Amino acid sequence: MSVNNEFQPTIVAFCCNWCSYAGADLSGTNRLQYPANVKIIRIPCSCRLNPMFILRAFQRGADGVILCGCHPGDCHYTTGNYYARRRMTLLFSMLDYLGIERDRTRVEWVSAAEGAKFAATMNDFAATIHKLGPNRRLEDLRCRKD
Amino acid sequence: MQERLKQKALELLENGTADRILGWKIGEFFYDLTPAVFKTRQEIQEEFVYSPFAGANLSKYLIAESRKGGKVAVFLKPCDSYSFTQLLKEHRIWRENVYVVGVQCGGMCDMEKLRAKGCEGVLSVGEDGENIVVETLYGTNVFPRAELLEDRCITCKSKKVVTFDELIGEQGTELESDRFSQVAQLEAMTSQERFAFWQKELSRCIRCNACRNVCPACSCEKCVFDNPGSGVRNKAAADSFEESLFHIIRAFHVTGRCTDCGECSRVCPQNIPLHLLNRKMIKDMNELYGTYQAGADPDTKPPLTDFTLDDEEPSIVHTRGGQ
Amino acid sequence: MQRVGVFVCWCGSNIAATVDVEKVAEVLGQEPGVVFSTHYQYMCSQSGQELIQNAIREHSLTGVVVCSCSPRMHENTFRKTCEKAGLNPYMVEIANIREQCSWIHKNKEEATQKAVILGRAAIAKVHLNAPLTAGTSPVKKRALVIGGGIAGIQTALDIADAGFEVDIVEKEPTIGGKMTQIDKTFPTLDCAACILTPKMVDAAQNEKIKIYSYSEVQSVKGFVGNFRVTIKKKARYVDETKCTGCGLCTEKCPQKKVPNAFNLGLDQRRAIYIPFAQAVPKIATIDADYCTMLKTGKCGVCSKVCTAGAIDYKQTDRFIEEEYGAIVVATGFNPIKLDQYDEFAYSQSPDVVTSLEFERLMNAAGPTGGTLLRPSDGTHPKTIVFVQCVGSRCDDSKGKSYCSKICCMYTAKHAMLCREKYPDTDVYVFYIDVRTPGKNFDEFYRRAVEEYGVHYVKGMVGKVVPENGKLKVQASDLLGNRQLHIDADMVVLAAAIEPDKSARPLATMLTASMDTNDFFTEAHPKLRPVESPTAGIFLSGACQGPKDIPETVAQASAAAAKVIGLLAKDSLICNPCTAAPDELMCNGCSSCEKVCPYGAITYIDKEFRGPNRTTLVRRVAQVNPAVCQGCGACTVACPSGAMDLKGFSNKQIMAEVDAICR
Repeated sequence: MSVNNEFQPTIVAFCCNWCSYAGADLSGTNRLQYPANVKIIRIPCSCRLNPMFILRAFQRGADGVILCGCHPGDCHYTTGNYYARRRMTLLFSMLDYLGIERDRTRVEWVSAAEGAKFAATMNDFAATIHKLGPNRRLEDLRCRKD
Repeated sequence: MQERLKQKALELLENGTADRILGWKIGEFFYDLTPAVFKTRQEIQEEFVYSPFAGANLSKYLIAESRKGGKVAVFLKPCDSYSFTQLLKEHRIWRENVYVVGVQCGGMCDMEKLRAKGCEGVLSVGEDGENIVVETLYGTNVFPRAELLEDRCITCKSKKVVTFDELIGEQGTELESDRFSQVAQLEAMTSQERFAFWQKELSRCIRCNACRNVCPACSCEKCVFDNPGSGVRNKAAADSFEESLFHIIRAFHVTGRCTDCGECSRVCPQNIPLHLLNRKMIKDMNELYGTYQAGADPDTKPPLTDFTLDDEEPSIVHTRGGQ
Repeated sequence: MQRVGVFVCWCGSNIAATVDVEKVAEVLGQEPGVVFSTHYQYMCSQSGQELIQNAIREHSLTGVVVCSCSPRMHENTFRKTCEKAGLNPYMVEIANIREQCSWIHKNKEEATQKAVILGRAAIAKVHLNAPLTAGTSPVKKRALVIGGGIAGIQTALDIADAGFEVDIVEKEPTIGGKMTQIDKTFPTLDCAACILTPKMVDAAQNEKIKIYSYSEVQSVKGFVGNFRVTIKKKARYVDETKCTGCGLCTEKCPQKKVPNAFNLGLDQRRAIYIPFAQAVPKIATIDADYCTMLKTGKCGVCSKVCTAGAIDYKQTDRFIEEEYGAIVVATGFNPIKLDQYDEFAYSQSPDVVTSLEFERLMNAAGPTGGTLLRPSDGTHPKTIVFVQCVGSRCDDSKGKSYCSKICCMYTAKHAMLCREKYPDTDVYVFYIDVRTPGKNFDEFYRRAVEEYGVHYVKGMVGKVVPENGKLKVQASDLLGNRQLHIDADMVVLAAAIEPDKSARPLATMLTASMDTNDFFTEAHPKLRPVESPTAGIFLSGACQGPKDIPETVAQASAAAAKVIGLLAKDSLICNPCTAAPDELMCNGCSSCEKVCPYGAITYIDKEFRGPNRTTLVRRVAQVNPAVCQGCGACTVACPSGAMDLKGFSNKQIMAEVDAICR
């Protein structure tokens, strides 16, 4: 996968269908670049994101996972992102508590109009993950014997 | 206490209040009290036990027992009553088929602590007010209860029996305890230290599922880990998904439903402090969304099924605890 | 295992320039289950679609992956394509290799690799797709219009014209709304009452229209096509069926000191009242806050004088339940409260009035009989200052950030009418900008300036100080770069308009979304401007944003057209991507029910077969697929994973994750 031997992180971005996925499309329409490491998975709403999906991504080798949804108050389903916000806050807090790097997970609210914000967010997140290096901790939490 | 409970069990059976009694009997060892259903006078007289080792939380067994028809009477300690109320809230227990006898509890004892006192050849253990009386082959030992208490009982959150039909002993109150101090200590560590701590603890897990099986909140009809549709079912050991992330998923699934009864840590054969995961979630919810005690009442919305317009953003994690 | 066909689109050079489409097709062709893989210039073209259809038939495909532009663009196109070839439309997945790949990456190797991975994720997902069939739900052929202003009336008339039953719920004792209070309308200066009251009468006389006046919506249940609404008919202490609207009671009532809300408190009315002469329905209402009989039990004058025997002091609120297929929100607007604008002395001097109050002072049916007189001393004002943008386009917390849109035009109208009726008055208008986009609007404004000699001054009024019966106005003239001091007799404030206070709780009942200003949000700001994102809820008039009368009427008719389109259908096709519980795993714990924004989840006690020929009764969740919108909140709330979402199932998303991370 790597073009050269440099670390090429795998980043999974879960985007809600109504705002952030459209925002991602807009950043494409405007030709705003962000790293190819970012792969988007479309979900109907940020509240569809089961914490298990994030954990699964990490366990299968993702180095960073980001959730993008409509801004609070703008959810297509009126309240979905409010639930997502609580769930992710608690999940991230638990991951942090287990000693997983805080920067590996992120939630960002991106509207359908914020193509530039989407690209900027992905650039920033990819840079952060690049700096963090490969994800080892969550993968190894239980299994790797030092 | 044992006699009072036994008499009550007999009385309930005989006056027809219940046709069976859910209580405890001796398991493999004297300190190993195991939940049991008693159907006859004889069974109760011969086998019913209540001792400072009756830690087992009986509430979970009522999910099945309450559906079997007839009426079952159960003894619930204060912390068991929280689990019971939580299960009622989740519509899991058929209340009309259950007769609840609340039992005030002075705290349960830890066998390890008794061993550390040098007690050998134990024949029986009884209570005498605030003392624990241990009969051994070599004579009688009396210890203050406080010295033998399980860790979870030292930081007991409440002596209140939330739901009951009748009460043995005095009704207690919610207590101020520093049950979150260990969580706070962990939070104050660096990320690397926390990781080292949990890696050391969780890598001992043998996936025996004892924590899951004992947990009153882990009472799904079918656990996601056994469910082929969930996408996480995986029986293989080694570094499979469920292996490494089992405890994280479990802790998340019981968030807002865990009453902090501490059974998970009590039954863990590897002595992993699993309750520290659940307590972290409880502490977070209390701090971020207002104090919430699962099972304290039948109506309050659990924090994860509720929200306010100005909840904290997930990025708040960056500003809390050690780096 | 599905038999999957992969179709890689070039999109001309849009994709092909940065993605090696040939290689993508080749690599994806080797994925498990892929039996056919190809690429083509324009997959969405007629011949591209035929290519897909032929492949489906020739290779007996059971799943299709199209690597192309965003699914938001052509997912539906390709679903229809496949449906025509006999494949279930939900067996199609799109890999977005244009907006999310070729357009954002420059390195061809990188972009090609990413396109392959996105394709793999789509293939992994399509393997787990299941054919979905959209269900249908019946449509109750009756509409509810909430709010009986010009918007609500117009919508109701148009719906009724098409032959459907429609009910109007109006919280005031009469329909008509704000327009009844207005004197003349811009830019034609015809009288508001003259054009509105015939419409009110039309609505009242239309057999298809039922008006619930002095009523409010109490609760809304159900979903598009099947709303169940409880309407509260507030007690008006007058039997509507008996009252003839003769008005004798409103003359004899001894309680004379009730601020007249219709005239914005500029004069007084009785405790029993008919808001104005042309009220519809013309029925008296007792104001319970002021009626001596209702408060003390002593009086009963109205009852004695009423020959129809319509007075009923014992009347209570009544609740009516009705079923509707569609609901139109037409709750309108109000001017903001000006208590916080002390600099304009609104609460200090009665001669500082809002524009709506000014309308009443100019209106022939108003408190002064149409003669413009100062509220303080009843004298004729010689110098009048109009202040624009009071609370509009405001950054501070007192006001509104938006432009209230109608103020420029009505102020020009007021100024013009003043100068026309009273040529001896000096009229000043202070403005930030004058905004006059609209047919004949700018011409109207220019007439005010050029023909009627209204002094338009660019700049804001800083302060108004009441002094010796005059209003000292300090203002800046930005174009003349000087400070102005005007001794005015009257100051008219163009207060910002805001949505009616009833809108917010109503939005909650309807699960319709609102913006931060409490205006209802439209489903699409450009393409679906009269629909709420919540199916079956439509928006009419100023509840969606500030509007003048022509715009309101246009939107009202547009909303009616949408409602008619809905009610004309016998049944609706539902979104098949809905949540569904696995009953065998459901705990019946109600977690899902608590987070469902649509109330789509209910519980039933259901009998299951247990071991040894026993039966078990268990509480299990049921999802109403007609109500479920497919957000998936419940799937995550469910601790056992019994609840899953069709089209976005746990397994499908996990498969995508695995494909991306492998």
